[in-house]
Amino acid sequence: MSISTPEMPRTPGADLPEHPDFLWENPIAKRNYDVVIVGGGGHGLATAHYLVKNHGITNVAVIERGWLAGGNMARNTTLIRSNYLWDESTAIYEHSLKLWEGLEEDLDYPILFSQRGVLNLAHSLQDVRDSRRRVEANKLNGVDAEWVDADGVKELCPIVNTSSDIRYPVLGATYQARAGIAKHDYVGWGFARRVSQAGVHLIQDTQVTGFLTDGDRVVGVRTNKGDIGAGSVALTAAGHTSTLTETLGIRVPIQSHPLQALVSELLEPVHPTIVMSNAVHVYVSQAHKGELVMGAGVDTYNGFGQRGSFHIIERQMAAAVELFPIFARAHLLRSWGGIVDVTPDASPIVGLTPYENLYLNCGWGTGGFKATPGLGHVLAHTIATGTPHELIAPFNLDRFVNGRLVDEHGAAAVAH
Amino acid sequence: MQLIECPRCGPREEIDFTYGGQAHIAYPEKPAELSDEAWAHYIFFRDNPQGPFAERWVHSAGCRRWFNALRDTGTYKFLAVYELNEKAPVIP
Ligand SMILES: Cc1cc2nc3c(=O)[nH]c(=O)nc-3n(C[C@H](O)[C@H](O)[C@H](O)COP(=O)(O)OP(=O)(O)OC[C@H]3O[C@@H](n4cnc5c(N)ncnc54)[C@H](O)[C@@H]3O)c2cc1C
Ligand SMILES: [Zn+2]
Repeated sequence: MSISTPEMPRTPGADLPEHPDFLWENPIAKRNYDVVIVGGGGHGLATAHYLVKNHGITNVAVIERGWLAGGNMARNTTLIRSNYLWDESTAIYEHSLKLWEGLEEDLDYPILFSQRGVLNLAHSLQDVRDSRRRVEANKLNGVDAEWVDADGVKELCPIVNTSSDIRYPVLGATYQARAGIAKHDYVGWGFARRVSQAGVHLIQDTQVTGFLTDGDRVVGVRTNKGDIGAGSVALTAAGHTSTLTETLGIRVPIQSHPLQALVSELLEPVHPTIVMSNAVHVYVSQAHKGELVMGAGVDTYNGFGQRGSFHIIERQMAAAVELFPIFARAHLLRSWGGIVDVTPDASPIVGLTPYENLYLNCGWGTGGFKATPGLGHVLAHTIATGTPHELIAPFNLDRFVNGRLVDEHGAAAVAH
Repeated sequence: MQLIECPRCGPREEIDFTYGGQAHIAYPEKPAELSDEAWAHYIFFRDNPQGPFAERWVHSAGCRRWFNALRDTGTYKFLAVYELNEKAPVIP
């Protein structure tokens, strides 16, 4: 082992923990569980965790058709923030952010949560007004937020091009210092390890295909490996929810869209924070190892193909290079796509269904990673008590009929 | 980037077009009689199949006219394009 001196640059990757050993059991499914959770992404695993931790419910199965946390949980760009516009959204995302702040200890597992702050750039007078409004709305909701001018942006992230002669000059930004990133795989594994230790069954490679019902109760799920009885059932299957609810005659207003992201080769630390721009449509952070992680918006058309259009990448790169001229020579390492479930008001659908013990969770679209602990916490409460937790009550399916939408389009919908 | 066949202009690049969502959604015949629930379904609820899907597209950077397409949402392949007042073709 060599002794490092302060002058020595840190090796990229040096902060990452060793590759983990087996972290959870792969049990044979029982005939019955108190709670069956459909979908082993972050949301399903977090829900299982809080069922155990806060409600002492351990007779739980999480059923995953592929491998644990291999859906959008493995594909997202890991941005975590709570500076949404509407009170209802801010409340749930801020609840989640507070849980993120203690999650590493709670799981006793490294998740590399790094609160490096997020800048949401403003490029037009309207952007400036909207941003300032959001900052004030955040403050009223007890969320840390401030408005910084172009010089302030430069100070927080020196590589941003703040000259006034670019096509969409940077006029300033909102800044949330507590925002950050986490290592998404480790988050999934940390939850899985914890719940497995508590006796929760994680059943992989098993697809739920429908439900067993008795009147207005769901009494189990059908899977490609046989039926499994359930005291209650929670759907945390992201973009695939509507296919499942349709077997019960419940329609959910979600549309599935491809969303892609990409990473560069490893670079020295150059990008200390997160920078997002809705207007020119790119967002960037630098991963723990050193890759630039970049994303843009969804493809406009519906799709399930787990890949996106090339022109989205082209526009995103054009915006990135104008905002960060030093990226011009960085090589693209790889790109990938996920399928996200988008709702008409860009807010999730969570809560009760016409079946009294079937609980819904979907429609997180492009921004549900940041909600992982928060959603798990309130959904577990909802399942354990049979009543929607107050933080998710506004997000029920009824809102599309009674008109109480939580319209985050524009304010938060585009970037993550 | 894929080519999309505009029924009037022929094959053009994808970025020339704008997506318009599910096709064949008719305005309610008797709007005054619709329940809140029926309105909600007319406005917000759309099919979301994995496979062939009848949808609307507009050739925004060309003739700027709307047309319908049958597209596979799994492969993104356009199976057919047809006029707005035509029924969706049946693909064998
Ligand atoms: C490219 C990209 C970038 C993103 N960036 C961000 C970001 O920076 N910040 C942010 O907050 N969010 C981001 N998101 C969104 C975020 O990833 C999702 O909102 C979030 O992962 C949803 O969590 P989940 O657990 O519900 O979904 P998933 O992780 O997708 O879990 C659902 C699971 O259900 C399983 N499943 C589906 N159907 C069945 C069935 N019938 N039976 C059994 N299992 C089933 C799937 O295999 C899957 O593992 C991004 C998404 C993508 C694609
Ligand atoms: Zn045309």
